[in-house]
Amino acid sequence: MTAAAPARVRDLPADKTASAAGLTAVAMSGGLDSSVAAWLLAEQGEGPVVGLSMLLWDAIKEEGGPPAGTAGDGRCCGALDLGDAKRVAQQAGIPHYTLRMDAEFRDRVVDPFVDDYLAGRTPSPCVRCNTWVKFDLLLDRARRFGARRLATGHYARIVDGPAGPELHAAAHAGKDQSYFLFELGREQLATSVFPLGELSKDEVRAVARRAGLAVAGKGESMDLCFVAGGVEEFVEREAARRAVRAQASVSRGERAAVPGDGSRDGLAQLGAGAALVDRAGRELGRGAPYYRYTVGQRRGLGVSSTGGTAAGGGRLYVLAIDADANRVTVGSAEELARPAFTGRGLHWINPELDLAAADAATAGVEATVKIRSRHPGVAARVRPLAGGRCEVEFSDPQHGVAPGQAAVFYRGSRVLGGCWIA
Amino acid sequence: MDTPPVYLDHNATTPLDPRVRSAMLPWLGERHGNPSSVHRFGQAAREAVEAAREEVAALLGARAAEVVLTGSGTEANNAVVLGAGRRSGLSGRIVISAFEHPSVRAAAGLVEAAGMEVVRVRPGADGVVDAGAMSGALTPDTRLACLMLANNEVGTLQPVAAVAAACRERGVPLLCDAVQAVGKVPVTVGELGCDFLTLGGHKFHGPLGAAALWLRPGAELEPLLVGGSQERRRRASTENVPAVVGLGAACDLARRELADRRRHLAVLRDRFEAGVREAVPGAVLHAADAPRLPNTSHLAFPGVEGEALLIRLDLAGFSVSTGSACASGTVEPSPGLSAMGMPPEEALASIRVSFGMTNTSDEVDRFLAALAREVAELRRLMPAPAEVVA
Repeated sequence: MTAAAPARVRDLPADKTASAAGLTAVAMSGGLDSSVAAWLLAEQGEGPVVGLSMLLWDAIKEEGGPPAGTAGDGRCCGALDLGDAKRVAQQAGIPHYTLRMDAEFRDRVVDPFVDDYLAGRTPSPCVRCNTWVKFDLLLDRARRFGARRLATGHYARIVDGPAGPELHAAAHAGKDQSYFLFELGREQLATSVFPLGELSKDEVRAVARRAGLAVAGKGESMDLCFVAGGVEEFVEREAARRAVRAQASVSRGERAAVPGDGSRDGLAQLGAGAALVDRAGRELGRGAPYYRYTVGQRRGLGVSSTGGTAAGGGRLYVLAIDADANRVTVGSAEELARPAFTGRGLHWINPELDLAAADAATAGVEATVKIRSRHPGVAARVRPLAGGRCEVEFSDPQHGVAPGQAAVFYRGSRVLGGCWIA
Repeated sequence: MDTPPVYLDHNATTPLDPRVRSAMLPWLGERHGNPSSVHRFGQAAREAVEAAREEVAALLGARAAEVVLTGSGTEANNAVVLGAGRRSGLSGRIVISAFEHPSVRAAAGLVEAAGMEVVRVRPGADGVVDAGAMSGALTPDTRLACLMLANNEVGTLQPVAAVAAACRERGVPLLCDAVQAVGKVPVTVGELGCDFLTLGGHKFHGPLGAAALWLRPGAELEPLLVGGSQERRRRASTENVPAVVGLGAACDLARRELADRRRHLAVLRDRFEAGVREAVPGAVLHAADAPRLPNTSHLAFPGVEGEALLIRLDLAGFSVSTGSACASGTVEPSPGLSAMGMPPEEALASIRVSFGMTNTSDEVDRFLAALAREVAELRRLMPAPAEVVA
C-alpha cells in the first residue's frame, strides 16, 4: 500500500468543466433511506447527482469469506446491498460508483470500536463513521470528481441561522438521527444535504413504493454493519489477532505498539470471567469477561441480587468497568444514578451562538442533553474545561451514563454540539 | 449529455455485432429445442449447436470434435486447472504466470490450499513473461502450465509457442487462456502448440454466456459439471442454444474480418497513443515497446488518481477502466500490475483504454480532449505528491 497519507483536495474555485457544475454526491448504502434520498434528489432535478457507495468492510479479506449463500446479505457494507444501490441509481437515472474505503474504515471506525470494547467503554461506531468517514473522506473523494455537496439519508435538518448553517433534529422525532451527526462542523453542514429531514419513515417508504424502488420492502439496516455474528466474538477475534501481531513485533525486537489490549497481559484474560464486586469492593461472584458488560446493563450479569449482599437485595446494574483489573462493579438503581459526568472531545457547531455569553465559561451553557441515541434528553448545564473537556451536570441524576457514548446537546430542535462521556 | 457516451472498455466486454444478433434472434423467438431431444425440435437445435462448434473450430484452425462449449472463459479455465488437480490426486506442481486471469489464479490457489505446489512466474516490467523462466520452472512432477496469450490489463502478448515447445519436451500440458486475444490477433492452435485453449465470445462482439475450451486430441479433462452426456460428457448442461449460435456467428465474422479488424483497431490505438503524448504531459505508456494487442493502451498519469480520473471521464461521457473489472465494481491496485513490479502509486494512477470495432477516429480525438482536460483539472485539484510530503 502507499505509505503517504492520501492527498486532500484544495477548495474548489468556480469550476469550468461541464461534468463538475454543481454536482451533488449522494451516499448510497443500498438501504431504504439512502435510496429514497437519492431518488428525491434526482427527482428534484436541481442539478446533476451522482450516487456513491463505500465498500467499507471486505468480509472475504477480513473474515476469510462469509458462509456460503449469505454473502453480506442485509449488512450495509455487503456486496449485495451495493448491488441494490446500483439498481436504485439506475432507476433514478443517475450514475453510481463504489469507492473502496475499507482500509480507512478499519483505521477510523473498527479499530477504535475494538479499543473501546477492550477498555470497557461502550463504543459509538456510527458517530465515528459519520464524522470520520462519510462527511470527511467520502466528500473529499467525491470532490476529486467535481462534487460540491454530499447528501445522505439521515433524518436530520440543516437550517440557515445567524451564525451559519445549523444542525436540527428531524421533523419527526421518532426517526431523528441528529444524535449521530453532532461532530459535524459548519463547513461540513454547508456542503451537506439531508433530503429526508422533513419526512417520516412511513412517508419515505411511500416514496419508495410510488417510485417502484427495488428496496421499498427493505427493513432497517443493522447498527453494526461490520459484525456478522456476535459482537463479543468479533472483539475477541480482533483482540487475538492484535496479540499475534504484537508478539510478532516483540519477537522482532520492536516496541509493542498495538493499541488496546494486545500488548498487555490482557490477552491471558481474554475470555476469563470478570470479578463482580459491589461498590465496597466485595466480590459477589464471577461473571463473563469484563468487555461483555455495558454500564447500565441489568440483564445477564451472572450474579443475582438474591445472592444477597451489600447491594441490598434489589435488582443489580453494572455501575463501572475496570478493564485492567477485569472487574465489574455492580449495584442498585440508586447507585447507578449519576448527577454529572466529565466529557472529552467537546464540540460546538455554532460557538458564536452558544459560547458568546460572557459567563459561558464559568456558569456553563444550558442545554437538553441526550446521553445515548434513544435517550429522551435531560436538562443539564455544560461547563467547558481546558483541553476539550467539559463537566456536564444534570438537573436530575441519570442512569446509564456509559463511558464511550456520545452526549449530544440540544436547545429545542437545534443541536448545539456534544462530547464523549469520559 | 448531448452526444452519446463513448465506450472505450472493450477488454471488459464488447457490444453485440448486429449480424450476430440477427443470427441469434430466431433462437430467441420462433425456434427452440433441446439439442439432446430425439424429436425434430431437438434435431434442429443440435444442428445449430454443431454448426456453431464448427465455426469455433475453424477460427482456431482446429476440428469441431476438439471444442467443448462452456458458459464462460472462467468456467473453462477453472475446469482445466481444477481438473489437473483432481487427476493428479492433488500432488505435484502447477506453473502459472503471476498475472494470469483471476479464474486461473484463484483455481490454482484452491489446489495449492489442497496440497499442490503452485509456482508463479513473474512477468518482466515490460509485461511479458520470460519463456526461459517459465520453462525453467517445469519439473518432472509438473501437472500443468498456464500462460495467457494476451494480458487483459496491459494487452501484452506472451511467448506461448516457446513455452509450449518446452512443455511438450517435458510432457507437461499447457493451458493458454486466449480470451483477450481471439478476435483481435490471429490465434491458431497449430502455431501455438498448447494443449488447452480458452476463448469467450463476448470479447469479440459475440454474446455473453458462451465460451469455448479447445482440447488437443488426447488431452484429458475432468468435467466440472456432471449429470448429462452433453459435450461428450466433458460438460453437462443443456446447451445455451441462442448464445452458442451467437458465438458461432461471432467466430465466423472474426475469422473473415480479422485483418480489417486488426488494422482498424491499430489505427485508433496509434492515433490515441500519438495524441496522448502531446495532449497530456507526463503520461506514461506501459509496455509501449512490447508486442501487444492492437486495441489496448494502458497508461499512468503520475500524481493523478486513476479512480477519480475514471469517474470524471465517465461523467464526461467516456467509459474506460482502471484495470480489470471486478465484481464489486471498485477500484484497487491490481495484482497483475503488482506482479509486473509496478509500484502501487503508479498502478493506482493508471487507466486502461481498449478500443473496439465501433469506435471512430473522431471519438479518439474527442476522448483525447476530455482526457487532457480532466487530467489537468485533477492535477490542479490535487497537490503533487511531493508537496504532500513536504
